[in-house]
Amino acid sequence: MKNFFDNFYARINNGKNPYYVTFGLLILGAVLVYISPRSLLAFMILMLCPMAIYFLNMETKIKVLIGILLAVVIIPVLGIRNIFYLEVIFQISVFAALALGLNIVVGMAGLLDLGYVAFYAVGAYLWAIFGSKQLSLLYSVPGAAAASAEFSLDPRWFWLFLFLGLALAALTGILLGLPVLRLRGDYLAIVTLGFGEVIRVLALNLDKPINLTNGPQGITPIQRPPLPPSYIMDVFRNILEPIVGHEVTDAQFYNVFFYFIALIVIMVAIVVARRLEDSRIGRAWTAIREDETAAIAMGIPLVQMKLYAFAAGASFAGIMGVIYGANRTFVSPESFSFLQSIGVLTMVILGGLGSIPGVIIGAAVVVFLNIQVLQTFSLFLSSLRQSDAVIPIINFAWRDLSNQLDPAKYQKLVFGLILVIMMIYRPAGLIPAERRQRELTHEEDE
Amino acid sequence: MKTFTSNPFYKFIIFPVGQMLAFILGAGTLLSVIIILLAYIFRGSVTNLDLVERTITILPKVLIDGITIGFVYATIALGYTMVYGVLEFINFSHSEIFMVGGVVGVELLRYFDAQGSLATMNEYVVIGMAIVLGMVIAGGLAVTVERIAYKPLRGAPRLVPLISAIGMSFILQDAVRLILGLTTGEFNVILPQFGTFDEFQILTIPGIANAVQIQNKTILLIAVTVMMLVGLNFLVNGTKIGKAIRAVAQDRPTASLMGINVNLIISLTFLIGGALGGAAGVLFALKVTRLDPFVGFFPGLKAFTAAVLGGIGNLTGALLGGLVLGLLESFGASYLGIFTEGAFGAEYKDILAFAILIIILIFRPSGLLGQTVGQKA
Repeated sequence: MKNFFDNFYARINNGKNPYYVTFGLLILGAVLVYISPRSLLAFMILMLCPMAIYFLNMETKIKVLIGILLAVVIIPVLGIRNIFYLEVIFQISVFAALALGLNIVVGMAGLLDLGYVAFYAVGAYLWAIFGSKQLSLLYSVPGAAAASAEFSLDPRWFWLFLFLGLALAALTGILLGLPVLRLRGDYLAIVTLGFGEVIRVLALNLDKPINLTNGPQGITPIQRPPLPPSYIMDVFRNILEPIVGHEVTDAQFYNVFFYFIALIVIMVAIVVARRLEDSRIGRAWTAIREDETAAIAMGIPLVQMKLYAFAAGASFAGIMGVIYGANRTFVSPESFSFLQSIGVLTMVILGGLGSIPGVIIGAAVVVFLNIQVLQTFSLFLSSLRQSDAVIPIINFAWRDLSNQLDPAKYQKLVFGLILVIMMIYRPAGLIPAERRQRELTHEEDE
Repeated sequence: MKTFTSNPFYKFIIFPVGQMLAFILGAGTLLSVIIILLAYIFRGSVTNLDLVERTITILPKVLIDGITIGFVYATIALGYTMVYGVLEFINFSHSEIFMVGGVVGVELLRYFDAQGSLATMNEYVVIGMAIVLGMVIAGGLAVTVERIAYKPLRGAPRLVPLISAIGMSFILQDAVRLILGLTTGEFNVILPQFGTFDEFQILTIPGIANAVQIQNKTILLIAVTVMMLVGLNFLVNGTKIGKAIRAVAQDRPTASLMGINVNLIISLTFLIGGALGGAAGVLFALKVTRLDPFVGFFPGLKAFTAAVLGGIGNLTGALLGGLVLGLLESFGASYLGIFTEGAFGAEYKDILAFAILIIILIFRPSGLLGQTVGQKA
């Protein structure tokens, strides 16, 4: 099997083949998605394109060119044609940024953080509180919102809050890290898990004595940053409307707008993660991960380095939290549950601890699985349930199938299976980091 | 004196029960004194009621609640602590084993209820059957999970089996939900009404009417858990199997050189821990009367906190940690709202447990009764 893949890879990576493959995928995917905007398969073909760009041997100039063409032209245009894809890609970028952040903590520094989503919540709630009417409702009962309440800040503050969210999350990471980073790995995991729950419980209950988070109802509406001025939007509108074949509303432009924000953040995140990995700090993290005692002996300031890892990881989540809050115009404690933390962990584990391309692909696969494959399967089952079809041999009418069998609700099962199977059969992940691979193949002596 | 202490009756019944009583009395008295003192200090700041009087009136109920939930935590914590003692790893899916035990027990009761025989049978026999079934299924499941998800990972870096355990915990939650959903149509499990478990026993202290009220099921819960704890104490400290378990916990390679079948002992540890968790699940179901597949998460985490509080790997420590944590949580849940005039209520009890965990880990990572041990590998 492995041999087959190696041969296959070698063959398409030979001579001019990469160019044919990449352009083929690009054009085929784009045309298919354009013709049938709802097809899952077409979208998957298009999504293979970035992977081809990354993994095949081509001139860097051409790689960059195709990448820009895909990210800046093709995806937005197709995305406006079927807005759902843009939503999928936005979610992939959000979770890829989260996974990159968690990858710093878990993959590079080897500190298992089970409450990572707490930092995401910190960012989201920061903008939610300041970017909504919440500040003028501090002394009112949740639910009984005064109609006269006004937004306390201009929406343009969003741009500043991106950095405030980043800073606040990093600070939270340091504050959490200071007392607990001396703990050994498995204790640290449980404490961070507890911390994640603490943040969630706080978000749930801080509607009294002063109404800071509006409790379980969550905060809405949250302001979005303003779109570029209308004469620029009109230019785009005139270009896009003939291509996509329908009117382009402001809401759809907002989707593209957030897609570009997420794209920029993810690019920055990748560059930062890359640079960190090869830096002095990154090498210190690796040393700590592989052997703490030896790292101390080599003069690495242990707690300081771990704090850096926590802060760096948290800041990724903080900035994405602000973007997420603005994109949804709504935050509630439900979005920051333990399940989300494990979801991000699953992405990191699936892709490969410490491997940057790995965790991005992990994020893409998990998000895709979650909101595309499971949903499609659910819809398929419910359509079967409404039909008169019968399973042949055992003579079971689909109609009698319980409503509980709804694959979209079984995310936990999927995450669990991925985690266990990966740990047993491929602990280094789908695309292992080079260093990690070496570490895991060595026999650990106890 | 020496002959008396080595008397098995003393060693395995009087001593452990006395120890439990001492823990309960000690922790209970200490917390009561502290809370009454606090009430005296803060009585000026709370205006809507007499803080001291209110504090003392609800004190017995708070204590009983705390002890009840404390025994549940202690029973679950034993599962964590035994596995940690032997394998040095946090069996994250133990909370789901606990949940499965509870669900299986309640499903048995519901089966009897549907048959119409629940009302005619002796209530204690029925609940006994539910507990035994819960123990068998949960114990078997714990061993199976160990075989599938942990055994292949023995000797891997520390975080690898932990992540696998988290995955297993998620799988079990959704698997139970799936099975319940497909068989009964919904995933909530509600305990059928039967017997006299909800009735109160009322103790009257001279001078105060209705001073102490205990539900029958609370008495049952405490009695069963005490019996199990005594039994476990005997098993671990008084039998050859227990000796083997302790040997494996102390030094696995040497134990295997001494002719102990290490794999068997590890399976056995999971079996015992799982069975205790399953029994705790049934008793917990009796107390809360409603379960769902996600109910294990918080009790599991708190039981883990209890295990760490008492000193992980230490059986007596798990018992002490469970009781202390149960009492603290009960005090926090009841008094926080009263002391802050409703600004902060019982919702914060979960935070309290984590705060305790963090404080313990910072100031005394080895727990109340644990010994300082170096980190292995």
